[in-house]
Amino acid sequence: MRDTEGYVTADGRQIGGVLMEMKNITLKFGGVTAIQDISFDIHEGEIRAIIGPNGAGKSSMLNVISGFYTPTVGEVWYKGAKRPQMKPYEVARMGVARTFQNIALFEGMTVLDNVMTGRLTHMKSGIAAQALWWGSAQREEIENREVVEKVIDFLEIQNIRKTPVGRLPYGLKKRVELARALAAEPSLLLLDEPMAGMNVEEKEDMSRFILDVNDEFGTTIALIEHDMGVVMDLSDRVVVMDYGKKIGDGTPDEVRNNQDVIDAYLGVAH
Amino acid sequence: MAYMAEGAEGLRSVPALLDRNAREFGGSPAYREKEYGIWQSWTWSEAKDEIEALALGLLNLGVNRGDHVAIIGRNRPTLYWSMVAAQMCGAVPVPLYQDAVAEEMEYVLGHCGARFVIAADQEQVDKVIEVQEDLHQFEHMIYVDPRGMRKYDHTRLHEFSHVQAQGRAARDEFSKELESRKAELDYDSTCVMLYTSGTTGKPKGVVLSNRNIIESGKASSEFDSLRRDDEVLAYLPMAWVGDFIFSIGQAYWTGFCVNCPESVETLLNDLREIAPSYYFAPPRIFETQLTQIMIRMEDASPMKQRMFKHFMAHARRVGPDILDGKPVSFGDRMKYALGEVLVYGPLKNAMGFSKVRVGYTAGEAIGPEIFDFYRSLGINLKQLYGQTEASVFITVQPDGEVRSDTVGVPAPGVELRIAENGEVFYRSPGVFVEYYNNPDSTAGTKDAEGWVATGDAGFIEESSGHLRIIDRAKDVGQMADGAMFAPKYVENKLKFFPNILEAVLLGNGRDYCCAFLNIDLTAVGNWAERNNIAYASYQELAGHPQVIAQLKGHVEEVNKSVAEDEMLSGCQVHRFIVLHKELDADDGEMTRTRKVKRNVIAEKFGDLVAALYDGSEEVYTETEVTYEDGRKGKIKATLKVIDAETVPVTPRAVAAE
Repeated sequence: MRDTEGYVTADGRQIGGVLMEMKNITLKFGGVTAIQDISFDIHEGEIRAIIGPNGAGKSSMLNVISGFYTPTVGEVWYKGAKRPQMKPYEVARMGVARTFQNIALFEGMTVLDNVMTGRLTHMKSGIAAQALWWGSAQREEIENREVVEKVIDFLEIQNIRKTPVGRLPYGLKKRVELARALAAEPSLLLLDEPMAGMNVEEKEDMSRFILDVNDEFGTTIALIEHDMGVVMDLSDRVVVMDYGKKIGDGTPDEVRNNQDVIDAYLGVAH
Repeated sequence: MAYMAEGAEGLRSVPALLDRNAREFGGSPAYREKEYGIWQSWTWSEAKDEIEALALGLLNLGVNRGDHVAIIGRNRPTLYWSMVAAQMCGAVPVPLYQDAVAEEMEYVLGHCGARFVIAADQEQVDKVIEVQEDLHQFEHMIYVDPRGMRKYDHTRLHEFSHVQAQGRAARDEFSKELESRKAELDYDSTCVMLYTSGTTGKPKGVVLSNRNIIESGKASSEFDSLRRDDEVLAYLPMAWVGDFIFSIGQAYWTGFCVNCPESVETLLNDLREIAPSYYFAPPRIFETQLTQIMIRMEDASPMKQRMFKHFMAHARRVGPDILDGKPVSFGDRMKYALGEVLVYGPLKNAMGFSKVRVGYTAGEAIGPEIFDFYRSLGINLKQLYGQTEASVFITVQPDGEVRSDTVGVPAPGVELRIAENGEVFYRSPGVFVEYYNNPDSTAGTKDAEGWVATGDAGFIEESSGHLRIIDRAKDVGQMADGAMFAPKYVENKLKFFPNILEAVLLGNGRDYCCAFLNIDLTAVGNWAERNNIAYASYQELAGHPQVIAQLKGHVEEVNKSVAEDEMLSGCQVHRFIVLHKELDADDGEMTRTRKVKRNVIAEKFGDLVAALYDGSEEVYTETEVTYEDGRKGKIKATLKVIDAETVPVTPRAVAAE
C-alpha cells in the first residue's frame, strides 16, 4: 500500500508524502567510513526508527540529518528541495529539532527557562528590545510563553516548572529535553536514544509521550533506540544499520524477520 | 445581606442559587483553575453561561429526568459545572472516586444505572470502556481533556467543548425545555448521589436532596460567617461529601470562589499562591506539612533555629489563648506580635495559611501537638464530626471552644442522642433521603422518626456539652472486670508519637490490655542515622534495644494520660510487642484506607497474642508476607515481650458499689 504520496499504517493512520530523503549518504572521518552509501526516506507524520548494534553509525546518521555533519558523498532532500550545506542552527530554523543522547540542558536554569530556549528560533526582536523588554519583545515573549506552557502541560511537568534542572532526576531531565525540542514546534523531531538508562516505568511514560506527540501535533519523529521492544512497538518503519551499512528497511514485522538483521543482532558464526 | 434574609425561599435548588449569584453578583469570581501556569478565572455569569451551554448539550444528547450522570476526575471547574448542568436537566450527578479501579467503577456505574458518564481524561475513559460491556444502561461518555483521544471510536464518545458548542447551537430548540426542567426542581428533588467508601461491604449510594445540601450549606456558612470574598482550594476527592458541601453547597450559598489546583503534584505550591481563607484538610495533610517544616528547620542556620525555637515556645504558651480571646498580658501580646513579624507570619506564608480565617480537620483524630502547633500560630483550626448521611455536619467546634480531644457541639439544627450502648444518634435537616435501591440498609440506619445511627460510640462531656467520640461502636467492648474497652482511643494516643506508625490494642474480655506496635521507619530511621545506629532491615531496627526502650517510654506516657480518663483508665497497656513487619493491606492486615483489621490480626498473630497473656519474655514466630509482585515469603523472628509500667487506678465500677 505504499506509494510516493504516502501510505496507511497498520493501525489506520494516514501517513503523508516524503518529508526528508537521504540519497546515497556516505560519511568518512579520514580513513574511517562511518556511513556507507545509505538511502532512505522519512514520510510526513510517521515515526521512523534507526536501529543497529553499537558503532553501527546511527548517531552519525542523526547528526547528518540535523546538519551537524556534512556527508562526504550524497544529498539530503528536505521538503522537496535539495538541502545545501548548512550550519546546525540553520537546519533548526527549517523546523528540525532534536534531543541528545547525553542530556544537554542548562543545569543552572529552571525547567521553564530551558524550555523557553527552544523558542529561540522563533524570536525576532533585537537585543536592545529584548533587554528593555519593550514593545514587540514583550509581545513575543508572551506568545512564546504560551507555546511553552502548552508543552509543559502536555508533558506533565507543571510541578517542576520553576525547579533548576540540575536538581532533577535523570528521567525527568530527558523529559525536559523533549519539552525543549517540542517548544520549537518542529516539523521533524530527532530523538537520540530517548529511553537510554531509564527504568521500565520511565520508558513506558516516554513511549506514551512520543506516541502522543506524534498523534496530537502530527510531528514526524525519527528516533534512535537500543531497546528493541520499544522500537518495534513505537515505530511505523525501521531502518537497520550495521557497520555503516543499511541492512534492512521496512515495517517492524518485515525487519524482525529479515535474516541479515537477525544475524547482526544475534551474531552469526563466521 | 438581603438574600440571606429571604432564606431558602425561592432558592430551592443549586441551579436556582446559580441564577441568583449570576444575577446579584455576576461579576465576582466563581471558579479559578491554574492552567498553563496562570490562574484562569470564571465569574458567576460566565460560569452560568458555561453550565447552561453544557446542560443544553446534555439535553441534545438525550438526558432525561432522573437519569444518573456519573462524573469522574480530579477537581476541575468543568466537572463541577457538569454536576450543576446535570441537575439543571433534572438528572442526578453521581461523582466517583477518580482513583477507583475499573471493577469498583463497574459496581457503582451498574448500581446507579448511569446512562451518561463525564470523565476528565483518557485514563478515566479507558477504565469505563474496560467495563462498559456489562453496563446495560450506559449510553454516552463525555471527556474533558481531548489528549490522546483522537483514535477512539466517537460514536458514543463526545468531547466536552463540542457538547457545549452543540448546546449553544441548539439553544433555541432546547432553552424552553431547560427552563421548565429547572423550574421543576424543588427542595425534595435529588441534588446528588454519593457513594460511601465501602469499608464495610459494598458501597452504598447515599441520596441527598436539595434540602439536605442547601440547609447544611446555609447553616454551616452562617455558623462560621463565611463571606462572598472567601477563597477555598478544592483538592479533596469530588466523590466525597465534604467536597460537595464546600465546593457546591456553601460556595453556591455564599457565592465564594472555588479554586482548583493545576495538578496533584503542584498542590502545595498552588495552596500557597491562593492562600485560602477557608480551608479543610484531613489530619494527614497537617502532619505532612508540619514534618516538612521541622525537617527544613533542621537545615536552617543556627541563628534562625534559635529564633524559631524561642518564638515557637512563646506561641505555644500564649498563642491559643490569644486566638480564643482569653486575657493575655500586654508584654506577652507584644512579644507575640514581634514573633508574628519574625517567625509566624513567614511560616504561615510558606504553608499557604496566611489568610486562613476558618480551618477544619476531620475524618480521623488529630494529634494534640499538631493541632496546638497550628493554633499557636494563630490559625483558627477546628474539628468537626460528620458523615455522608448527615450532609457532613453532625458536630462542630465553635470559635473559642476548640479542643483537640472533642469534636464540638451539635451543628445548627442537629439533635444528638446517645443510646444505651453508647452509640451516637443524630437528627437534622441534612439527614439523607435514602440509600439508593437499598431499603433494608436505609431502614437499618434511619428510623421512622429520622434518627440516624452513626456507628460510633461516644459521650457528651457534662462540663462543656461537647461530644467526644471514643471508637467505632462495634469495636467497643468490655474487659473482664467490666471496665470499658475502647481500643482506638488508646491507639490514637500511641500513634501521635512520630515513632509509632501503627498500634493495635488487645484486651476485649481479658484482664488487662496489651498492644502490638509498628515503628515508623522514616522517623525511627532518621533518629538512627543521627545517632549512628546501623541497621540492615526494618526487622533489625524494630528489634533494636534502644528503639524498644524509646517505645516503652512512649507507652508509659500514654498509660499516664489514659489513667486520668475517668471512663477508660482500664485500657492502660500492660505488655507490648514491637512487630517485626509493617502491617500491610497486601497481607490483608489493613484496609486500603489504612484501617486496622482487628480480627485478621488477632488470628494471624495468635501466637504473639498468647505470649502477651501467658507472661513469657520472648516468643519465636514465623509470618507469611506477600511481596509487591505477588510472591509470598516468610519472615522469622524472635520478639521480645516488654512489660510497661502502669498507673494503678481504682476501677470505677467497683468504686460505685
